[in-house]
Amino acid sequence: MFYREAGDFSTTYQADAQTFPIKYERWGYYAILAVAFGVVPFFINDYWANAVMIPFLIYAIAALGLNILTGYCGQVSLGTGGFMAVGAYAVYKLMTSFPEVNIAFHVLGAGLVTAGVGVLFGLPSLRIKGFYLAVATLAAQFFLVWLFNKVPWFYNYSASGQITAPERTVFGVVVTGPNTDAAAKYLFCLVFVFLCAWLARNLTRGSFGRKWMAIRDMDIAAEIIGVYPLAAKLSAFAVSSFFIGVSGALFFSVYLGAVEVTEAFGIQKSFLVLFMIIIGGLGSIFGSFAGAAFLVLMPVLLKNILVGQLGWPTDLATHFEFMIVGALIVTFLILEPHGLAQLWRVTKEKLRLWPFPH
Amino acid sequence: MTETSEGYTTADGRQIGGVLMEMKNITLRFGGVTAIKDISFDIREGEIRAIIGPNGAGKSSMLNVISGFYHPQEGEVWFHGSKRPAMKPYQVAQQGIARTFQNIALFEGMSVLNNVMTGRLTHMTTNMAQQAMWWGKAEREEVENREIVEKIIDFLEIQHIRKTPVSRLPYGLKKRVELARALAAEPKLLLLDEPMAGMNVEEKEDMSRFILDVNDEFGTTIALIEHDMGVVMDLSDRVVVMDYGKKIGDGTPDEVRNNQDVIDAYLGVAHD
Repeated sequence: MFYREAGDFSTTYQADAQTFPIKYERWGYYAILAVAFGVVPFFINDYWANAVMIPFLIYAIAALGLNILTGYCGQVSLGTGGFMAVGAYAVYKLMTSFPEVNIAFHVLGAGLVTAGVGVLFGLPSLRIKGFYLAVATLAAQFFLVWLFNKVPWFYNYSASGQITAPERTVFGVVVTGPNTDAAAKYLFCLVFVFLCAWLARNLTRGSFGRKWMAIRDMDIAAEIIGVYPLAAKLSAFAVSSFFIGVSGALFFSVYLGAVEVTEAFGIQKSFLVLFMIIIGGLGSIFGSFAGAAFLVLMPVLLKNILVGQLGWPTDLATHFEFMIVGALIVTFLILEPHGLAQLWRVTKEKLRLWPFPH
Repeated sequence: MTETSEGYTTADGRQIGGVLMEMKNITLRFGGVTAIKDISFDIREGEIRAIIGPNGAGKSSMLNVISGFYHPQEGEVWFHGSKRPAMKPYQVAQQGIARTFQNIALFEGMSVLNNVMTGRLTHMTTNMAQQAMWWGKAEREEVENREIVEKIIDFLEIQHIRKTPVSRLPYGLKKRVELARALAAEPKLLLLDEPMAGMNVEEKEDMSRFILDVNDEFGTTIALIEHDMGVVMDLSDRVVVMDYGKKIGDGTPDEVRNNQDVIDAYLGVAHD
């Protein structure tokens, strides 16, 4: 009834290529932006920031990154945890080596370092595909974690082998370290999420996105229309790793503050982000956000219901939480294999016709 | 018909230009199997050149040699008057050779519009930074190429399915979208591998009309493989006939039709 594209005509090709061609969607998007930037920071507290918003935002960046590689370019990767670790250690080394530089540049720098590492580990993708590539990226995962454990230079020879984020400020506001305000953390992450989503959308709607999708859908046909597979695949690895590196940097510096690499960036992190994009929807920007929200919010919600409402013991609730989240994932994949993004698309198609579907 | 180095005039009065592509003594082997044996022929600018032959004659292998999938053991490929080094398919595409496939090779996960837009990729040069900002040149380039693509969509009469995912289309339309994608590259040479396979009469008529229109309006040189003899004889200016990897005939449809070797290859010959 309210969601209509009638009377909404694109009269130029610019207008037709924009992200939200339908007016209602565009307004909805502006409204979400306004709330996220203008309202949430005034109401956010430590619990909401640390349990819900910050992990959601950071995982959304990682999911965006992996979605570009796996969802858009069709190259399966299980190295996400390792690449996040690269981002975390890169930002740590940059923060401690150049303390006078603004941390925002350190985070971007960490993204660039990770992009380089990603390209390096993307090289096998030129010869191997599918499951075999997944195994090759698994090697990246284990090698990188081993490297950050083994070489003391990466953790500045600290006795514990951990890295700890020093206090840094942006425009005089503390964003890392133990004395950070929840709103500052949130806004700092939100800016990066906004930036990454905008870049990802621009890249995927233009010629780079088409190259990636062409490689994903049929690599032989892609080559015959003039796509250079080496450049297309490696650029996907670079962009994807950049995002994942940024998310790793934020995960360490803003969210956790102190990190032990095996614990924070192990193989389960790779799988978690992979599940996010599968549940959210491969090849969809919205899907990356939806998947991240689902897997971050669902455990929190379950915990609140089981422990808070029903009064179950915490350990029992934790185990049940695993089972319920697992069951939900399976149910979801059976009901809608193309993820939440597809569900959203179907809903929109139905809404357009509602209340007269015939 | 008299052929000179400058070209010739076809039966219906079209002027055909000089040699665009020349295959010189091509031999292609797969291990012990010789798929193509010492074949030479040329394709002239503006003509419709058919390659025909019974199953397994080596027609598709020939097309794959032209588009860079296979590299012949012997022989040379000349394009635009210069010898072509061994090239990868994407380099061949950048030279201005586009093709369609016998079994459709579209990007199933993308819309018709995006599929046809991929045909423009060789013409789109903005770098990643400009793309990421979607600003200035990147947006301008997108719009310019979109205009060209829209003309082709118009031309092939597929406006109504512009935004439809390719996976939802019926076979005949998919074939047309694939032709649109190849045309979007504005190729100098268009290779069509069985453009009418599996079509009914009306679809074949449509496709034939499009092929003739493409040749007529854009002046595109076309090389096609087809099994329907009626179509081949009506459409093409000159025909190469292959059998068991060898060239057994070359000439206008009429010449080929009356060639004894060709008749033998198609109808069989009594062995004594």
